[in-house]
Amino acid sequence: MLVRTSIATKLVLVITLCSALIFAVILGYNYHRSRTILEQELEANARNLASSLVHRVETELVSVAKVVQGMARELETSRHTAQELNHLIKTTLEQNPELYGSTVAFEPFAFNAATRLYAPYYYRHKGGIAFSRLETAYQQLPYLYWDWYQIPRELGRMEWSEPYFDEGAGNILMSTCSVPFYGAENGRKQLKGIVTADISLESLTQLISSVKILKTGYAALLSRNGMVLAHPLKDAVMNETFFSIAEERQDPAMRELGRKMIKGESGFILYKSMVGVRSWMYYAPVRSTGWTLAVVFPEKELLENVTRLSMTMAVMGLVGILLLTAAVVSIARSITKPLRLLAAATDEIAGGNFDVELPVVSSQDEVGLLSRDFQVMQESLKEYIKNLTETTAAKERIQSELKVATDIQASLLPRLFPAFPDRPEFDIFASMDPAKEVGGDFYDFFFVDPTHLCFLIADVSGKGVPAALYMMVAKTLLKSEGQRLGEPSRILSCVNTILAEENDSCMFATVFCAILDTETGEVQFANAGHNPPLIMDGAGVRYLALQAGFVLGPMEGTNYATERLVMQPGDTLFLYTDGVTEACNHADELYGEPQLLDALQKAPREDLIALVHTIRADVAAHAAGAPQSDDVTMVAITWRGKEV
Amino acid sequence: MIRLVRQAWCASRLQVKIRLLFFVLCSSVFAAPAMALPLKKATLMPLWSPQAQFAGYYVALEKGIYARHGIDLKILPAGPGYSPEQTLKNGGADFAVLWLTTALRQSANGTRLVNLAQIVQRSSLLLISRKNSGIKRVTDLNGRKVGLWSGDLSLPPRIMFARQGIKVREVPQSYTVNLFLRGGIEVTSAMWYNEYHTILSSGVDADELSVIRISEQGIQFPEDGIYTMERTLKKNPALAKAFVAASLEGWRYAFDHSDEALEIVIKQMRAAQLPANRAHQKWMLERMRDLIMPSTAKGEHGQLNQQEYEAVGQAMRTYGLIKKYPDYRYFTGRPNAGSH
Repeated sequence: MLVRTSIATKLVLVITLCSALIFAVILGYNYHRSRTILEQELEANARNLASSLVHRVETELVSVAKVVQGMARELETSRHTAQELNHLIKTTLEQNPELYGSTVAFEPFAFNAATRLYAPYYYRHKGGIAFSRLETAYQQLPYLYWDWYQIPRELGRMEWSEPYFDEGAGNILMSTCSVPFYGAENGRKQLKGIVTADISLESLTQLISSVKILKTGYAALLSRNGMVLAHPLKDAVMNETFFSIAEERQDPAMRELGRKMIKGESGFILYKSMVGVRSWMYYAPVRSTGWTLAVVFPEKELLENVTRLSMTMAVMGLVGILLLTAAVVSIARSITKPLRLLAAATDEIAGGNFDVELPVVSSQDEVGLLSRDFQVMQESLKEYIKNLTETTAAKERIQSELKVATDIQASLLPRLFPAFPDRPEFDIFASMDPAKEVGGDFYDFFFVDPTHLCFLIADVSGKGVPAALYMMVAKTLLKSEGQRLGEPSRILSCVNTILAEENDSCMFATVFCAILDTETGEVQFANAGHNPPLIMDGAGVRYLALQAGFVLGPMEGTNYATERLVMQPGDTLFLYTDGVTEACNHADELYGEPQLLDALQKAPREDLIALVHTIRADVAAHAAGAPQSDDVTMVAITWRGKEV
Repeated sequence: MIRLVRQAWCASRLQVKIRLLFFVLCSSVFAAPAMALPLKKATLMPLWSPQAQFAGYYVALEKGIYARHGIDLKILPAGPGYSPEQTLKNGGADFAVLWLTTALRQSANGTRLVNLAQIVQRSSLLLISRKNSGIKRVTDLNGRKVGLWSGDLSLPPRIMFARQGIKVREVPQSYTVNLFLRGGIEVTSAMWYNEYHTILSSGVDADELSVIRISEQGIQFPEDGIYTMERTLKKNPALAKAFVAASLEGWRYAFDHSDEALEIVIKQMRAAQLPANRAHQKWMLERMRDLIMPSTAKGEHGQLNQQEYEAVGQAMRTYGLIKKYPDYRYFTGRPNAGSH
């Protein structure tokens, strides 16, 4: 069964869904835009933060590098004795608090021809400055092969070493800035040694570790090899490189990122941080050492505000949509409630109860209008039905009266055949098929005296009740006058005179009136505008040529002529009204006089009943069921002769 | 023998706790052996500071495998500043992990060392350069700046250079790869299980490197082996045998339980205050498996192959590094065994 969806449901569905969709789109766009704006802002902030951190680191590194380069120049300009050298190193250390230690390490036999290796080293120790000799301190591997010596030596330029733990001095993470210095030997530039300054990275890494962004955002420092120097993950510091972490995580993208970093690129990317959290990172190189400084913002924290705002908006939107839905439901109800009541009332009315009470709608909107119109319609319907009932009652009464009238009319016409079974000298048969309940046609036959039979056929103008009433009058007059006068023309004149008096309705009748002398077969007849009858005698069948005469009724003082005809035994007169010849079929073709003549020629003469019925059937066949406007009346009379 | 050792171990456990758990143990299955042998104390000095290169020994110690073999082992600190061969010679350690070349050199100088087991079966030494330096084969090394470690670690490359008639510009190489990474040298020596991975972990991709494997240049120099002094072996052959069995079992356990082995190694590294990088140690352990577990042709793992031994000895003699080398049977501590 199909669920009938009400207007309220449809409204609620459509409006709620549409507004929810619109709201979702707005919310999504808002979230996206806020995020984009935030990201842009973030990138700028991250870049600024990273730049300032890089700047601070760089400043320190550059100042240290300058000190070391200064020492190298100093060493290149003059030859130093051991004391002068120690003084130089010590003073430098004293004057530059950012230095942790410093040495001047000589190439083999470069300090003097007697000493192979020479490297006095001053370093901070327990608040003071301590002295050591690296050529003796490094017993396992001579200082010549340490990175801080070997790399700048091989490259011939200043180098910052990869950060390392100095095991001699309290495990301090340090980096060494080494500058080669040269002397002229036989006019050739000759490497004499390496000047270095160590810096503790403690303060730098502390500076970087102290950076807090949002809740868990942080800054990190990577060495040139990708070694983690400063990071909230303490275990990773100086243990893991960016690449070993990438390997452990099997994250090739992270490795690629690391390669970009150590190449000295900078960038802003979204990645999965070393702590395993999706984060934004801005990374920038520390140029002098090739290190990378990264500022990391967890994406979740960054988007927390946007997310919270979006959540609030979502809740507000949800409440709004619920309110909207409630409002729609209420409005829809206010519309549909009277409609539903109206529908119920309509069902009642449809069931025939016109007195059902219609719902009262006071609103001025379409529903109110509809309701009021409905009320008017109900009133009109009631009125109409009342009228209809009355009319129907009246019509039914008339119908029943008409039926009575039909019966009366029918009973007026002689319908008993054979009409005169004791008179063998003639045969008469008649039939009338009224087109309506009561017809205007009639026929009659009666004896004027024992040997004279008056027979007539008439057609009253118009139809229905007026015609029937007129017919009654005409028939009564014709019979009474016929019996009194016994002569067709006088009968017609007399009846015309009577009818014409006070004939306000201007009705008239055509009559063919004849009197048969049953002994001689002579027929006297007069015609008042009626169709000419047909004679069927030994010569065949033909229309009688007779005077037309004027119809009865409209005009007083009309004269009619009596004509005569002598019938031979077996001759038949066939009288008919125009209902026969003017019978129409569906194509509006008349039956016509030639066809009647034709039909009579073919019809059997001996039996009048069969004759009349043949013609009747022929006419009916012509009409083929088309409704007839006129009565179909026929009278046939045969004279048999005196002695049969 | 193994059963005996296990009984001894069970018994020793019993003795330790006998006073406390006497009644409990009397009713247990472990109470069966009546004789209680004490654990024999022994010391081992690895070739270098704790790392997965020696995972087998640390795992065997940590998992009680040595104790099960009746040994109360102490693994001595090692690394820069420590010389396992000297320590072995002066009696500071009962056992040591040495390179075969080191052991041969010591033997040639009269130190009576015995190879108890050959752990690393082939040379893991690589010569690594950047691809863009154009070095593809050994002959390309001619005239290049090549970083070489001091001591025995440089023997295989030197022999290779000599065989190929190549002269390189030797640069002494320290323990880091930074000199190579910064471009101070064009070629660096590297252990497959160690420095090679360090270079990868410093952001250089494998496809940027050109790698020459010494082992693929006809130099089959087995590396880490377990050594002891002849006198130590004679004094207590069972101890040496038990030590080797336990060490090999330790290695097998380490390879079968690599995550656990890594934890043990990293714990040791932390204790020694060394930078511990799990990914690096994992690589090292995996490579040690490749180097230790022998190919089927070479026979049982832990054994010094005689042909390879002879080849190394001859090569060293040819290049004047040693004048003579001991007979294989003497060197492997089986003077009475027949040649095979």
